[in-house]
Amino acid sequence: MLSRIAESLFWIGRYIERSDGTARILDVHLQLLLEDPWTPEDLACRSLLSVMGSSAPEDRPLTRQDVLALLAVDRTHPASIAYSLGAARENARRAREIVSTELWESLNTTRARMPRRVSSEKVHEFFGWVRERAALAVGIVDSSTSRDEAWLFFTLGRSLERADMTARLLATRALTEASGPSWTTILRSCGAYEAYLRTYRGLPSARNAAEFLLLDRLFPRSVIFAVTRAEECLRQLEPRSERAGVSDQAQRLLGRIRSQLEYRPIVEILDDLPHQMDAVQEVTSAASEAIRRRYFPVAPAPSWTEED
Amino acid sequence: MGDLFDGYAAPPARPQPAPPRPAFDEMFAVPPDGTGDPKAREPYRDIYAALARMTQDELRGRTEALASSYLAQGVTFDFAGEERPFPLDAVPRVIDQGEWSRIEAGVRQRVLALEAFLADVYGPQQAIRDGVLPASLLTSSSHYHRQAAGIEPANGVRIQVSGIDLIRDEAGEWRVLEDNVRVPSGVSYVISNRRVMAQTLPELFVSMRVRPVGDYPNRLLQALRAAAPPGIEDPVVVVLTPGVYNSAYFEHTLLARLMGVELVEGRDLFCSGGRVFMRTTAGPTRVDVIYRRVDDEFLDPLQFRADSMLGSPGLMLAARLGNVTIANAVGNGVADDKLVYTYVPDLIRYYLSEEPILPNVQTWRLEEPGALEEVLDRLAELVVKPVDASGGKGLVVGPAASGAELTELRGRLLKDPRGWIAQPVVQLSTIPTLVDDGVRPRHADLRPFAVHDGRDVWVLPGGLTRVALPEGQLVVNSSQGGGSKDTWVVGGAPLAAPDRGISGLVGAQATSTSSIPVIREHAPDHSPEDRPRSGSEQQQQQQQQARDVATRAGSANPGRNSGPDRPGRPGLASGGAGC
Repeated sequence: MLSRIAESLFWIGRYIERSDGTARILDVHLQLLLEDPWTPEDLACRSLLSVMGSSAPEDRPLTRQDVLALLAVDRTHPASIAYSLGAARENARRAREIVSTELWESLNTTRARMPRRVSSEKVHEFFGWVRERAALAVGIVDSSTSRDEAWLFFTLGRSLERADMTARLLATRALTEASGPSWTTILRSCGAYEAYLRTYRGLPSARNAAEFLLLDRLFPRSVIFAVTRAEECLRQLEPRSERAGVSDQAQRLLGRIRSQLEYRPIVEILDDLPHQMDAVQEVTSAASEAIRRRYFPVAPAPSWTEED
Repeated sequence: MGDLFDGYAAPPARPQPAPPRPAFDEMFAVPPDGTGDPKAREPYRDIYAALARMTQDELRGRTEALASSYLAQGVTFDFAGEERPFPLDAVPRVIDQGEWSRIEAGVRQRVLALEAFLADVYGPQQAIRDGVLPASLLTSSSHYHRQAAGIEPANGVRIQVSGIDLIRDEAGEWRVLEDNVRVPSGVSYVISNRRVMAQTLPELFVSMRVRPVGDYPNRLLQALRAAAPPGIEDPVVVVLTPGVYNSAYFEHTLLARLMGVELVEGRDLFCSGGRVFMRTTAGPTRVDVIYRRVDDEFLDPLQFRADSMLGSPGLMLAARLGNVTIANAVGNGVADDKLVYTYVPDLIRYYLSEEPILPNVQTWRLEEPGALEEVLDRLAELVVKPVDASGGKGLVVGPAASGAELTELRGRLLKDPRGWIAQPVVQLSTIPTLVDDGVRPRHADLRPFAVHDGRDVWVLPGGLTRVALPEGQLVVNSSQGGGSKDTWVVGGAPLAAPDRGISGLVGAQATSTSSIPVIREHAPDHSPEDRPRSGSEQQQQQQQQARDVATRAGSANPGRNSGPDRPGRPGLASGGAGC
């Protein structure tokens, strides 16, 4: 498979997952601001923006409308849903001959229907729409893609992004001093609340909830699950195994963070949650970069310019 | 300015005999001198301001959004074979925290008194010996079950969940209308109403400190676990439902889901050796606590109705042996008996040595000398209710009944005075409600839910407000064209109870998290092709594209073929590392 195509598939996976993850995080946290009048809005909005990796204008207090404008509908803001949807579609366009028509149409329609502004009473509906579109795209891929390299790169991208999103979500605990979102909120935002309740039969305690989102081997949005899945994809892409060690840098990175989380007592992880989550985000970025260098090498693209 | 409240004070469209005293309106107060425009009461001031900015069409649009959201979620009820969304009115009911504290205390007091009453009547029956209650009251109650006598609940709690129905009379005074300590339903609507309101009418919540209701499933689970038979460390709790055709099935699934416990039907359970098990893929699993939503009569065919398919044979034996806790306890129905209701103020004094905080509605016991005669005399101006029904079933409102109905009722009262009570017609308080004509006053009641875990009675801040949609209708019930309202307890000092206050949001519950710092901002990764470009880069690309177009256009022109063929110099395009 062409590297360029593989790269596009990888990024389609990442962008779809990112739009879904961002919609979930925003939905719950913006709702939270509304329902909990004791949260200082400006502070919470700034923290939310910073967790999503974008900084905000300093000169005026932020409101939920600002967050919504930046992270949801602003097409030029790199962390926004609109940006992800656009980028997913662009990548599909570049790999149009490999991407199934159904998927292309779905991504294209999604981008075309992406609203330019969302009024405050439609916010929840909008995020629901984004989640549905993401689920639709993933479902189309799942049901119509041969389990070949195309599938592996797509899944690899999704898994990496998912690990990153869950790590960000866990970092939103930092939202404000007075009232961080409760574990219930965090669980709800990634659709894990009901699965969690069924697993632990009871109240979210810090220990159990963190354990569930970080270490549960069966829940598909947990960090471990996503990292393990990414590792599996990499192994299938390169089935040769060496006698000693692992030569693939991405595998090495993912394996290391997985062991670090998997074999460390949960209490220790919790004590050091901020750094652990930072490490996870660091690793997903580095692994993405390693994958790019290995599988999608860029020949410096020549472009022709006229001689002056 | 919107037109929402236009015509609110207009006289009724359908002329009716004016009630002797007008109903208390919860949103508007007429100035003391009785003239001038009514003003919004203090607790409603913010919400009135927010609503008054809306037009009727806007509010109607939102109401439709509420309904379609309920349809999608499956919060519906069957209406003539058709699925209708559970009716939720967009105007919330607001109760001030100070007022709520009194309701809370009153409900708590009442639950404790009824708890003591049940423990007494299924045990030593001291109150009868002391002459507080007549013995015939128990023996004649259709819900007093001898099968439950002598069953001691593990932590002394029989009323894990109660729904004490309250109303406000013409003076605005809260009164108890009836007690529900069997299987009170409706709490799922409190939880889902709040969520859908926050999603559909977010602006109403702004600046209002509404106490969250999402803690309920958690409290209930704790109470159920606390009620487990002694010696069981990690009790298995289940919710027992009659099945998917039950009208409250939505509630059963919601509670089981939010508590993370199994929802079982009778056929999933079996009893063996005095213990209760459920059939699972991993073999029989012991059940320790059953939160049952099945009526007493159907629980155990060995003890009650032999034809019941909803329960499990042997349940009562297991409960008697102390191997399983049935919550709420079997036999609680005697406390719901409307005739027992008339004794509750005395019971509060007798068991708790306290004065009742929430008064009853004045009630005639028809067996008392002279009462039946007086009631028969004034039948056309009273409300008459059967003692063992709930939810407004069998109730007759004198002023609204026809002559034939009253004659028939008279016969029934004479035949069975124990079976009925009579009360004066209370004009329930009114709250603005969106109906076909616009926003109009409609009568409403309130069912606060209380959870008793053996140490404390916790009252859910809010509760289910049911509102009668037909004009002047005083019977408030969803089976009789009733709607519901989200009920907001607002104001007060939220920080007084930090464990259930601030971070206990709508769905959120205890265990708020401590804050942690964001170590570093991680900007999202981007594909090299899609990474955000700086302005100049974009410009460069656009210029380049423009030039490409220009050259291509040039090549299309046969007259000029210099451009594209001229040898160029390869340069490096941007496209390096992803950021």
